[in-house]
Amino acid sequence: MPASLLWAVDVHGRIYSLSSAGQQWELWRDAPMEFKRVTAAQQCCWSLGCDNGIYLNVFASDVPVRYREETYENQRWNPVDGFSERLLPSDRWQWSDVTGLQHQPLHGFQLPSSSWEWEGDWYVDENFEGEPTEKEGWTYSIDFPSTYTKDKKWNSCVRRRRWIRYRRYKAMDTWAKIPSQPMSLPDPFSDISCGGWEVTEEPRGRLSLWAVSLQGKVWFREGICHHNPEGSSWEEVPLPGEVVQISCGPGDLVWAVLWEGKLIVREGITRDCPKGLSWALVEGPSPEVGASHVSVGSSVVWAVTKDNKVWFRRGVNSHNPCGSGWISMVGEMITISVGLHDQVWAVGCEDRAVYFRQGVTFSELSGKTWRAISAPRDGERSHSSASSHQSAGRYFSGEVQAQSVVSDADSDVEKGSGDGATFTSPEPFLGSSSDPPCNPAGDAPKARIPKVTSDSFISELVSDRDQAKPSKDVRVTAAVLEEEVLPIEGEESLLCTGEALPSAESRGGPGSQWSNVDLEEAQNQQIQTGAVLDSAETCSLSSVTTFTLAGEDSYGAEEPPMWAWVSGGGCSVDSSSQLNWFSSSANTTSLTQSVQSMSLSVSPAQTAAWRRQICEQLSERSRREMDDFKHYEQAIEQSVWVKKGAMQWWRDWKPHKWIDVQFAFEQFSGPDGNKDGILFIYYNYYEEKKYLHAFINEVTILVPVLNDSKHTFAIYTDERTKQRWPIRVAAATELEMYDWLALLSVSCCESRGIRGPPSKQAIWSITCKGDVFVSEPCPALEAVPYPTPCDQMFWRQVGGHLRMVECGAGIVWGVGYDHTAWVYTGGYGGGCFQGLASSTDNIYTQTDVKSVYIYENQRWNPVSGYTSRGLPTDRYMWSNASGLRECTKTSTRPPSPQWTWVSDWAVDYSVSGGTDREGWQYAADFPATFHGYKTMKDFVRRRRWARKCKLTTTGPWQEVPPIPLSDVTVLPCAAASGTIPLWAISNKGDVLCRLGVTALTPAGSSWLHVGTDQPFKSISIGAAGQVWAIARDGSAFHRGSVSPQNPAGDCWYHIPSPAKQKLKQVSVGRTSICSVDENGNLWYRQGVTPSYPQGSSWDHISNNVRKVSVGPLDQIWIIADKVQGSQSLSCGTVCHRLGVQPIEPQGQQWDYGIGGGWDHITVRGNATEPPRITLFSQKDSAPPTSHSPPPGGDAELNGLMEAAGRDAQPSTTQRL
Amino acid sequence: MADDKDVLRDVWFGRIPTCFTLNPDEVTEREAEPYYLLLPRVSYLPLVTDKVKKHFLKVMRTEDVEEIWFEHEGTPLKWHYPIGVLFDFHASNTVLPWSITVHFKNFPDVDLLHCPSNSVVEAHFMSSIKEADALKHKSQVVNDMQKKDHKQLWMGLQNDKFDQFWAMNRKLMEYPTEEGGFRYIPFRIYQTTSDRPFIQKLFRPVSTEGNPHTLFDLLKEMCPDALTKDGEEKRFQVVIHGIEPLLETPLQWLSEHLSHPDNFLHICIIPTPTD
Repeated sequence: MPASLLWAVDVHGRIYSLSSAGQQWELWRDAPMEFKRVTAAQQCCWSLGCDNGIYLNVFASDVPVRYREETYENQRWNPVDGFSERLLPSDRWQWSDVTGLQHQPLHGFQLPSSSWEWEGDWYVDENFEGEPTEKEGWTYSIDFPSTYTKDKKWNSCVRRRRWIRYRRYKAMDTWAKIPSQPMSLPDPFSDISCGGWEVTEEPRGRLSLWAVSLQGKVWFREGICHHNPEGSSWEEVPLPGEVVQISCGPGDLVWAVLWEGKLIVREGITRDCPKGLSWALVEGPSPEVGASHVSVGSSVVWAVTKDNKVWFRRGVNSHNPCGSGWISMVGEMITISVGLHDQVWAVGCEDRAVYFRQGVTFSELSGKTWRAISAPRDGERSHSSASSHQSAGRYFSGEVQAQSVVSDADSDVEKGSGDGATFTSPEPFLGSSSDPPCNPAGDAPKARIPKVTSDSFISELVSDRDQAKPSKDVRVTAAVLEEEVLPIEGEESLLCTGEALPSAESRGGPGSQWSNVDLEEAQNQQIQTGAVLDSAETCSLSSVTTFTLAGEDSYGAEEPPMWAWVSGGGCSVDSSSQLNWFSSSANTTSLTQSVQSMSLSVSPAQTAAWRRQICEQLSERSRREMDDFKHYEQAIEQSVWVKKGAMQWWRDWKPHKWIDVQFAFEQFSGPDGNKDGILFIYYNYYEEKKYLHAFINEVTILVPVLNDSKHTFAIYTDERTKQRWPIRVAAATELEMYDWLALLSVSCCESRGIRGPPSKQAIWSITCKGDVFVSEPCPALEAVPYPTPCDQMFWRQVGGHLRMVECGAGIVWGVGYDHTAWVYTGGYGGGCFQGLASSTDNIYTQTDVKSVYIYENQRWNPVSGYTSRGLPTDRYMWSNASGLRECTKTSTRPPSPQWTWVSDWAVDYSVSGGTDREGWQYAADFPATFHGYKTMKDFVRRRRWARKCKLTTTGPWQEVPPIPLSDVTVLPCAAASGTIPLWAISNKGDVLCRLGVTALTPAGSSWLHVGTDQPFKSISIGAAGQVWAIARDGSAFHRGSVSPQNPAGDCWYHIPSPAKQKLKQVSVGRTSICSVDENGNLWYRQGVTPSYPQGSSWDHISNNVRKVSVGPLDQIWIIADKVQGSQSLSCGTVCHRLGVQPIEPQGQQWDYGIGGGWDHITVRGNATEPPRITLFSQKDSAPPTSHSPPPGGDAELNGLMEAAGRDAQPSTTQRL
Repeated sequence: MADDKDVLRDVWFGRIPTCFTLNPDEVTEREAEPYYLLLPRVSYLPLVTDKVKKHFLKVMRTEDVEEIWFEHEGTPLKWHYPIGVLFDFHASNTVLPWSITVHFKNFPDVDLLHCPSNSVVEAHFMSSIKEADALKHKSQVVNDMQKKDHKQLWMGLQNDKFDQFWAMNRKLMEYPTEEGGFRYIPFRIYQTTSDRPFIQKLFRPVSTEGNPHTLFDLLKEMCPDALTKDGEEKRFQVVIHGIEPLLETPLQWLSEHLSHPDNFLHICIIPTPTD
């Protein structure tokens, strides 16, 4: 889960963010003014300034927000001029939009606001539907409007071409004011809330922003999406009453609080109508005390009443946005924020601390307890440090004496500065300050607070403070205070000066913490909980004396800040997240969510002196006590160790079924010291006791096959890999299965002498379950003509869950199902491999999220139209994609016990073929091709429902935030310079080039966005800077002039795809370039030379190919479908191309390796030259057999193989 | 060493070269040769001396044989302490091999417990593990284990099977992340200067302020005399598994990595050798 931000505003209007991975609140120092409220999404944050204007902070990303403006230039042919801009009167505009209806001259395009800039000038688009056009970019037709072709024909009377210009949003990571509309709004805003991003994914980045004006009206911001982050206009939403506060959840929930304390709920919010249709009234939780605040999530509503009681609304969901009843919760809060995953934050009533609701899960939405976030704010430490003391002293030279009076030097220095000019004579500051003497921002919030509505927390604070003061200020510090009251006399007149002072200082370099904002903060530290308040406001509100006492009410620098508002809308944490926000002493009673194994606990200690000392001494001890005595007899003789257990076995003979067996593993030490073992399966065959066995050193892979009914794993040897028929056994419990897996895995590795992390040469692969496997290539693996058969490769599992993995030049990157990018940390183990099978450090928590899909099917009948009553012959009315299996919402479970649901079922509109407004797709009959609109001939329809599930595991992977990726590629060969070229495609289709990647910093530093005219889906970088990519339209591109000096290259060259095929994946090795198309054909790029890197044509190599990986030796490996096994066809098999040589780069035939459920392979790390080239390889090549076992697949790893076609094997899949 | 697991391995595979000689007072039929053996530091004497016993019984008459016991330079060796502790405590700075005298007579009932069979050792070992887990996890982990899991721990120790033992012992070393360590650290401090066999008290791995406790913190509280004061000659060595860890070593880490198989951290405070 990427680090994300929790936002909060303190009582002084300063805005802070707290990273889910961080430990302290970070102040936004460049904020143009104080803020009242903040509402966050994951990509941006909106805030309400003290000027009641609305500000937007779009988070910088390495992928810019760009918008393509386009316009068409239209021309008609006439006999005199040829093609000219003279059109017929009936024709369209000479410059128009694509339809021709809109007049769009180039100069008519303006930047929407000052937050935008042009990226370049207008240029002509020379791509037409994936094909390059002639130089000028014209496309021709007989007449407007019509279909255009890129070729000019005899009857081409008109032509047009497209002009393109990009503009870019530049106000990133800064607070940009949303320009107010010309038709100025009637009054300023008093509340905002954003959300709604789950309502629809189209257009990308769409948000709903709701605002409340001071008069109690509600406004909706139209048109916010990724490429228009500011939105376009405000629409007033009619209301049944006067609203004081509103809250919009990530989905379709919108609730608002009325002035009199009742609540209204927006109904009719759909993807077509994000604004909703009408309001429904809901009574507040308590008849006597009205609601003051409400906050909604995906399927929860929390409210606060005017007496600060907290309420939880039962039974809220999309279908029933009003819910069914209120439940009173513990705690007194002034404001609540429900964020992502329905997690809850609140600001406490007593102490104004930010609280996090612990234990909120999908099944327990109300959580368990409130826990205060005790993260310090940035600058707090430096304030109490000696250096700040000194710098303060320098500025406040005149005050030394006053300070010396004070008992607590540090905090009082801060207070001194915090109080503005309290201890200092005004002149130096007036003299040194060129700022306007008065800073209006400081008291703005108070001055403009319109009325003391329940949600006006800043004003509420003011009133709180007034009441609180008399009681709280009675303090022992009085004696000290007396001393200090004196200089304050000056302050009334100096107030403005005092405020200006810090800004003057902020220019002074090291003293910059004393900016306007920090000045208040410094003081704030000393303010006791609930006692309060900032100098500017207080001074103008109350007498100097009172203020001083309040200010002096100091309890040391550790006092917590006072918060006014919090927003968790962008904060992606959940109950399983490990947060560093809480002080450890405060939580001894809290429930422990997760148990950490010893291996994880000590990572920071890896380099500590004490640790080194222990290691050295232990070695020393071994030398001392053992080296001279090796001839002594061992006290304990090594013996055989046997582990037994009851298991089930998928029997080899038909009818196949699970039968009970005795499973035994005998381990013993071999003569060479390596441990070895034998696996036995004892079973009954027609009353006769028999057994099956496998030598551990012949096992090539252990594959966990977890589903919701059985905890099974598959054991392959090379023979069983050939047959595609592993030994499959099932343990009684998941735990038992993992115990066995871990034990057997360690034994397999030990028997082969494999220890520690995978080498840089390792071959990585991924199953369709997301499990990660790695194999050490033996030197003879790429030998010609007799390579090691790839069914002998030994694969071991590495923790983690990934959709794809790519390696090269010694680094490894992976991408999860949720598109999160991960970099390999150099560890091993994790997941179920704990303790001895795992490295102690470099193992981290990893999460992944994927969707489970089911289909709702309906048939039309003349009486009632479409209903869920199908014909007897029809598929299930709730089914899987094929319709063969019944899948209802209630019966469908997550794919395995490792997964848990994290959302509810929702209609999925992003189905290929399109859908109607309710998500339906129509067809004449099942099964058929569905389309997204209804015609007369359609009698059946279906729609897809999706539900997200999440997996949490551990592995040697660290997240590379923040951009989600769909593909990544690393240079396969050793990099010439220190930096390793790494390119990626974001899940939006942007091409990215990673900077700063080296062997020591495999994660790199930042992304460089590489502009494209269309979204991409696959990319690969080969030797000598050859970068190839596949666009979403299926055409290929070559990137020119990529070099270490110019890592991003200069331009894209369009490469036509093979005739009538859409390419989907590409892989580039040393010189070979291979690509796979959507129909499973594997193509080789012919004619690539250094001087002509684009090559000349595509040669067909094979079909039934799912993925290809070309390595640094130009070796070709694929994932193949439809490979024949002893029992069935197998899908997803690792295959190795044999006979690949410089003179025959396409090779001759396939060798089959592990398979049945494999989804991805990368051999791009393996640059081990075969023995005949390596001089010293004689020795190395000797043990290939002992080193090289591995796996095969079978027809059951997941349901995938069932989908294997029944057609005959294509020629390319003949066996060796 | 890259990995803390190597520490576990080194600790487990620590061996003390030992020379067993028969007590000259024993009545023998012929002269007994000394017997040389590598003793596992983490094991117990009765578990590893079958060969020794057999060796010396060959020269003895059956009627002269009573219960076997061991002695080093006049001190009877307590079989229920791990061998490494016995060595560190009694013989750290002596010449290797460690010389142990074997007795078959005059069992010193005052000093030693009787050990009629290995099942007594097993009972003692398991009760230590349970006691340690009571301190670490309120016995939750050990109680969740099945009988065969307990057996696995014992068999692992008895047969010197590191993997077998640690596959199970790992669970005893887990703790909730949020707590930063065990509830209490199971430790025993042995002092030459004290009459009590050892010090064992409740001590948390993390201070009330949330800082990890170190070996120093533990010693300061349990036996401040062992610490070298400023300007003073070092009088005592703090020895665990034959090494002297730095006093700043976090106690939690020590407990996880330098505990004996009985899950206790055995710390020997011995006088610094004078030479």
